[in-house]
Amino acid sequence: MANILEVKNLKVYYPIKGGLMGRTIGHVKAVDDISFAIGEGETVGLVGESGCGKSTTGKAILGLVKIHSGQIVFNGEDITKYIGKNRSPYRKNVQMIFQDVYSSMNPKERVLDIIAEPLRNFEKLTKVEERKKVEELLSIVGLSSSNILKYPHQFSGGQRQRIGIARALALKPKLIVCDEPVSALDLSVQAQVLNYLKDIQEEFGIAYLFISHDLGVVEYMCKNLMVMHKSRFVEKGTEDTIYKNPVHIYTKRLMAATPDLDTKNRQKNAEIRKKIAEEYENSKSRYYKEDGTVYDLKKLSEEHYVAMP
Amino acid sequence: MKNRALSIKKLSVSFKMNGQYYKAVDNIDLDIMENEVFAIVGESGCGKSATAMSILRLHNENYTKIEGEINFGGKDLVSISEHGLNKIKGKEIGMIFQDPLSALNPLHRIGKQIEEMFVIHTNLNSLDRKNRALELLEDVGIPNPEIAYNSFPHELSGGMRQRIIIAIALSLSPSLLIADEPTTALDVTIQAQILDLMRDLKEKSKASVILITHDLGVVAEMADRVAVMYAGQIVELANVDEIFENPKHPYTKSLLSSIPRKSKSTNRLNTIFGSVPDLMNMPRDGCRFSSRIPWINEKEHEENPKLQEIEPNHFVRCSCYKNFHFQDSSIEKVKEKE
Ligand SMILES: Nc1ncnc2c1ncn2[C@@H]1O[C@H](COP(=O)(O)OP(=O)(O)OP(=O)(O)O)[C@@H](O)[C@H]1O
Ligand SMILES: Nc1ncnc2c1ncn2[C@@H]1O[C@H](COP(=O)(O)OP(=O)(O)OP(=O)(O)O)[C@@H](O)[C@H]1O
Ligand code: SF4
Ligand SMILES: [Mg+2]
Ligand SMILES: [Mg+2]
Repeated sequence: MANILEVKNLKVYYPIKGGLMGRTIGHVKAVDDISFAIGEGETVGLVGESGCGKSTTGKAILGLVKIHSGQIVFNGEDITKYIGKNRSPYRKNVQMIFQDVYSSMNPKERVLDIIAEPLRNFEKLTKVEERKKVEELLSIVGLSSSNILKYPHQFSGGQRQRIGIARALALKPKLIVCDEPVSALDLSVQAQVLNYLKDIQEEFGIAYLFISHDLGVVEYMCKNLMVMHKSRFVEKGTEDTIYKNPVHIYTKRLMAATPDLDTKNRQKNAEIRKKIAEEYENSKSRYYKEDGTVYDLKKLSEEHYVAMP
Repeated sequence: MKNRALSIKKLSVSFKMNGQYYKAVDNIDLDIMENEVFAIVGESGCGKSATAMSILRLHNENYTKIEGEINFGGKDLVSISEHGLNKIKGKEIGMIFQDPLSALNPLHRIGKQIEEMFVIHTNLNSLDRKNRALELLEDVGIPNPEIAYNSFPHELSGGMRQRIIIAIALSLSPSLLIADEPTTALDVTIQAQILDLMRDLKEKSKASVILITHDLGVVAEMADRVAVMYAGQIVELANVDEIFENPKHPYTKSLLSSIPRKSKSTNRLNTIFGSVPDLMNMPRDGCRFSSRIPWINEKEHEENPKLQEIEPNHFVRCSCYKNFHFQDSSIEKVKEKE
């Protein structure tokens, strides 16, 4: 299987401004040297702590943030060279479902305009065709076409998320960065969207970078998984291996924190969480460098890489 | 016997569209007890936030109508003066919004926004306010409180912004916390930490929490009682164990079977046929859920299902849930017939 996306040694630094003049006084290393690949039509999961750099990784792929160094290769072509230039030919093939949908929508635009925006940029449709297409996209995400002239504030949070998904699907891109695409959705719609993401993947061979904090969802969606902590990967491999045999202390902690549907396990889970938290405190020095940063990945097997000294 | 912390009576919330009001919350009764975590779950658009926001009257009054009573500490929050409400807001009742960005002012630094609570409700001096704010940031797991304190909202990640909102809501140890999808934007390790904070609030200051979430895992870990809402109504209400082990309403059962679990042999998740009708097209008579389970014979539905206590403390809308069964080969076939 050919790779649709290769990310090589990606670093993204945000400036920290300070002082009276708003000068740059330092940098937040939001993403600090990560590499991965996504095969055509494949789903790769990205999980990790809040603020560890997941969205930044996604935005870098879309060209929405400035890259400090590294390479992003899409379909064999190094697209880092498009930075600051018109990235249109690339952007048609890569879309993003945003974590914060509301802020990614213009409150003064109607649903029709929001969803049709990518169509207007890339496809020349008549008004009638466009409207039909938008209605089709709405029905795919379970919203009736009577919503087409409404504004974002007239929807519930979950409904807005679905509008964002419809927009990302409009151009049938080759890669979609899904940034917490279903975390704002209720279960039934979540199931609908996940089923649907799998369907269109099968039909059109779309690849996904699937960012989520819900390990249940990731387990269901992805074959390969990357666990991110402190701007780097701490564990990478097939989802099976990592779930069965988590090695890095952060991965263990992540799994212990995952809520359990069995109400009878409350007490037990709380104890496990406490135990792992203690292990985390005590074994930090084994898993992190002296300055607290994450080691480079070491290969345990073909399917399993862990950040270790 | 526990006392009521909040008592909602015959609450309806209507939104104005095209000059007409449509009920998003339709005549619900709820008692939140002291020192309990009360979860509200239900499909997107079923009225959870509309209910929660009406408690502090956060709806835009120009196009929202609230009817009924919301009793809190001997006062009716629906009719209390703006001034009276402001004294309660943030101090006795804390609120965590679903939309973290819209709840923060983009033009003010985080520290200032947290301290605003102390300025309004306490007489702490500025140094104490700052120290307390930094403490709160630490409590919600912000790694560098000093940096966050001086940041603007857009400089923080989604999850960090959400934790700022949580810090603000917890700042004055309210006796009632309304948490609308509080941990949805968070990764699970931080979520566990926030849930612990809410447990602390409940255990140490005997507070009550209204927890709105679609994450049934969180419900299973946190809630004492659970209300399941559908189309503006409560369709099932019971203790948390009962909801998970002995769900009755077809809607509750359907929700529980939509949870992604790998162990499930099928490749597809159970979905619920159709979608929640939007407000303008909501059926106002009969059972609102019947259109979602079209394979159940019409005669088997109740004409006007009412919420009734089928076992002690277990309420279900309708008595004919006994007739419900899942459609065997799931939803696909029904779709084709359409
Ligand atoms: N300002 C508004 N004007 C018109 N309709 C509204 C408004 N706010 C909400 N609604 C509608 O009221 C219904 C209930 O919305 P609400 O926000 O309470 O849903 P919710 O249960 O919180 O859903 P979610 O899980 O998606 O947040 C929905 O049909 C929604 O479209
Ligand atoms: N525009 C920006 N300017 C400065 N710093 C930023 C900016 N955007 C993000 N950051 C910082 O970069 C880091 C990574 O943020 P990012 O949004 O990628 O996190 P995330 O992993 O997506 O977190 P979450 O799960 O909370 O969404 C955080 O420390 C954040 O505060
Ligand atoms: S009438 Fe009863 S069985 Fe039929 S859908 Fe309504 S609650 Fe369910
Ligand atoms: Mg993010
Ligand atoms: Mg809501």
